[in-house]
Amino acid sequence: MAIIIDKNTRLVVQGITGGEGSFHTTQMLEYGTKVVAGVTPGKGGTEFQGVPVFNTVEDAVKIQKANTSVIFVPPAFAADAILEAANAGIKNIICITEGIPTNDMLKVYNDIKGKDIVLVGPNCPGVISPGIAKVGIMPGFIHKKGKIGVVSRSGTLTYEAVKQLTDVNLGQSTCVGIGGDPIIGSRFIDIIKMFNNDPGTEGIIMIGEIGGNAEEEAAEFIKKNVKKPVVGFIAGRTAPPGRRMGHAGAIISGGKGTAAEKMEALRNAGISVVESPAEIGITMLKAIEKLKAKKAVVKKTTVRKKVTRVTNPVKVKKTVTQKSIEKKKEDKSKKHHKKSDKKKNKKK
Amino acid sequence: MKIHEFQAKETLKKFGVPVQDGIAIKSMLEFDDAISKLQQRGINQFVVKSQIHAGGRGKGKVYDFRNRENLVLEGGVKFTTSPEKAAEYAEKILGNILVTHQSGPEGKVVKTLFIAEGLDYKKELYLGILLDRTVSKNVIMASTEGGVEIEKVAAETPEKIIKEWIDPAIGLQAYQARKLAFALGLEGNAFKNFIPFIKSLYKAYESTDASLLEINPLVITNDDRVVALDAKMNFDDNAMYRHPDILEYRDLDEEDPLEIEASKFNLNYIKLDGNVGCMVNGAGLAMATMDIIKLAGGEPANFLDVGGGANKETVANGFKIILSDPNVEAILINIFGGIVRCDRVAQGVIDAAKEMEVKVPIVVRLEGTNAEEAAELLDQSDLHFEVAKSFQDAADKVTAVLRVN
Repeated sequence: MAIIIDKNTRLVVQGITGGEGSFHTTQMLEYGTKVVAGVTPGKGGTEFQGVPVFNTVEDAVKIQKANTSVIFVPPAFAADAILEAANAGIKNIICITEGIPTNDMLKVYNDIKGKDIVLVGPNCPGVISPGIAKVGIMPGFIHKKGKIGVVSRSGTLTYEAVKQLTDVNLGQSTCVGIGGDPIIGSRFIDIIKMFNNDPGTEGIIMIGEIGGNAEEEAAEFIKKNVKKPVVGFIAGRTAPPGRRMGHAGAIISGGKGTAAEKMEALRNAGISVVESPAEIGITMLKAIEKLKAKKAVVKKTTVRKKVTRVTNPVKVKKTVTQKSIEKKKEDKSKKHHKKSDKKKNKKK
Repeated sequence: MKIHEFQAKETLKKFGVPVQDGIAIKSMLEFDDAISKLQQRGINQFVVKSQIHAGGRGKGKVYDFRNRENLVLEGGVKFTTSPEKAAEYAEKILGNILVTHQSGPEGKVVKTLFIAEGLDYKKELYLGILLDRTVSKNVIMASTEGGVEIEKVAAETPEKIIKEWIDPAIGLQAYQARKLAFALGLEGNAFKNFIPFIKSLYKAYESTDASLLEINPLVITNDDRVVALDAKMNFDDNAMYRHPDILEYRDLDEEDPLEIEASKFNLNYIKLDGNVGCMVNGAGLAMATMDIIKLAGGEPANFLDVGGGANKETVANGFKIILSDPNVEAILINIFGGIVRCDRVAQGVIDAAKEMEVKVPIVVRLEGTNAEEAAELLDQSDLHFEVAKSFQDAADKVTAVLRVN
C-alpha cells in the first residue's frame, strides 16, 4: 500500500520536452513509472521516448486516461500549468518547479482549495512509492520498499532520511516532499492524515524546518489522532532570524517559526524528536522495535490461551460452549475468545 | 528583496497613496537644493531621516565612522523647524555609522538621507500587509498603537491588532476597508480619507509583488488627512523578473560583499559568525548540516547551498567564498548526490583544493550517486581529506579536527 502514487497512477508530464522535463521523464520511465502522456503546447502530435505528446492536459486525460500530473514548466508559467491540470480533471498534481511567485500560488491555492485535488509542491522533489512508481526528481536507487512514510519540506535532507531508513532495513511506503515555499498545496497535516489511514504505513518520519507553523499544526493533529510512531526533525536550529535560508518559506520572522518552538510542539505531541539529523533512521528503528515487542507480548498471551485449550483436544471439541459459559463469569478477557470460537463453529 | 523608505514612498506615490513628502540626498552638496525645493512646496518643518535597511532608526545611535567609540548623535531620525538645525543633523549623520537594535552592533553606514516634511498630527496608527501562511491569504493588520514595534503590541496587547484577510480572487472589499476604519476609531473626514488610502495601499502591495508592506506610523494629521509617515516594503524575490523598476532599487551597499559574490555564481550563501565553513547541496540539508556542526562542538560560519546542479565550477567557487572568511577553521562538505554525481564533485574539490592551498582541515562526505568512485578519487589524491562515511561520521570528524586545532 502507499499514498498518492500507486499502481493505478497514470502520469502526464507537463513540460516533457524541456531540459528538466525530458531528463526526469527518462528517469521515471526507467524506474517503472507509467508515464502515459506528455504536454508541451505547440508540440502536440509528437512523441518523446515513445510517450505521446499533447497540446493540452485535457487531451492527455481524454486520450491516455492520465490521472496524475507532474509539472516541470518554468516558474512564470507553472501556476497556469497547475490550473490547467486541475481543470482537466487531474486528481493528483505534483509541481516540481522552483521559484513560482507567491502571488501566483496564492491564487492557485485558493482556487483549488475545497476541490477533490491533491497538489504537492511547488518547489519539491516529488512523490515516490518505492517499488511501485516515482513521480519527481529523487534518486530512485536509495529507496527501498517498506513501511515507513516520509514527509518533508526539503529535498536532499529527505534523501538523507530515506537512506538512513534503507540502511536500517525499514524501507519506505511513500515519500512525499511537500516543498519549501510559503504557499504549498499539501501541508504536513494533509500528508500525515493520509499516512495515518494507509495500512501499508507503520511509522511516519516528519522533517520540518524553520518558518511558518505547519509543523505545529501537524503536531496538534498527531497528538489527537495518530497512534503510529512518529519521528521528527526540524532543520535550522542555527539559522539567524530574518534571513531566508534558501527556501522561500524558511525564514524566522518576528521571532516566530524558530526550530526550538517547533521541536517543543512536536515533543508535546508525543513525537520522538531527534536533535541530530544523523539519528532519524535509528530512532525510527527503535520505535518500530518497541512497538513490535509490545505486540509480541500481546500475541504471546493470546497464544498461551490457545495452547491450554489444545492440550485438552478431546474435551474441547464438544464441551467448549458449556465450559466457556462457566469461565465467562471468572474472566472477562477470555470472553471474546470463546465468542469467536462460537462463530467459527457455526460457520463450520 | 528590501528597499529604503524613500524608495517605498516613491513606489506608493505611483499608486496614489498619500505619503510624507521629501527629497533623498546622497551628499551635503544636495542639501540646500532639497530644502529650498521643500520650502517652495510650502514646507517649513523638516525631518532628517537616515536611510538604512534596518528598523529602529529613530532610537538608534550615530557613531563617527573614523572612530566607532565616538557617539555623534542620539537618534537617526531628527525633527526640526529650522533649516540650519536640519543641516547640522544631516552633517552629523551622513557618512557615519547608525547602530539600531536591528542593525547588529556593527551598524550600517548612512549613505542616503531623506529630507522630509514635518507633519503635525493627532493620531499615530499602524498598518501592515503580509502573507498569512496559516491560511494562505494576505492579511491586513491594523492597530491604534502606531509608532511602536508591532511585535511588542502582538505580545503584550494582542487584542489591539485587528486583522482582515483578503480573498485573492476578489481582492479587498469596501466593507473590509470600512471595518478597519471603524476599528481604528476613525470618523468624519479621517474616515472618508482612510477608505481610498487602504484601497490604494493594498493595490500597491499586490501589484508590486510585495511580501511585506508596513506603514508605522500611519498618521491622521490635524487637518484629518491620512498620511504614510514611514513606509517599509519587502518584495518576493521570485517575482522580481516582472518588476525591473523595483529591481533598480536594489542597494548593494546594504548587502554582504561575499553574498553578492556568491549570487553571481548562483550560489545561495549567507555569512554567519562561526568557525566551521560548510558546502552542501539543498537548503534543508544545508540547514541540517549547520545544526550538526553545532552539535559537533563547532559553530557554522555560513549557509551555503550549491544547488541541484553542483559541478566542478560551483564547488570551486563555493570553496573560494568559504575560504575568504578569515574565521573559518575547518570545512565540512556534505553532498547527497541524486542527479549530481559525487565523483564529479570530488574532482571539483580536489582541483579547487590544489589551486588554493587550503590550510584548514577539510571533512568530506559524499553520498548517493557514484559515492564509491568519489571516495576512491579522494583517497588517491595526494591531498589530505578527512573522508566521512555517514552524516554522523562527518560530525564526529568535525569534532576531532576542531579538537586538534
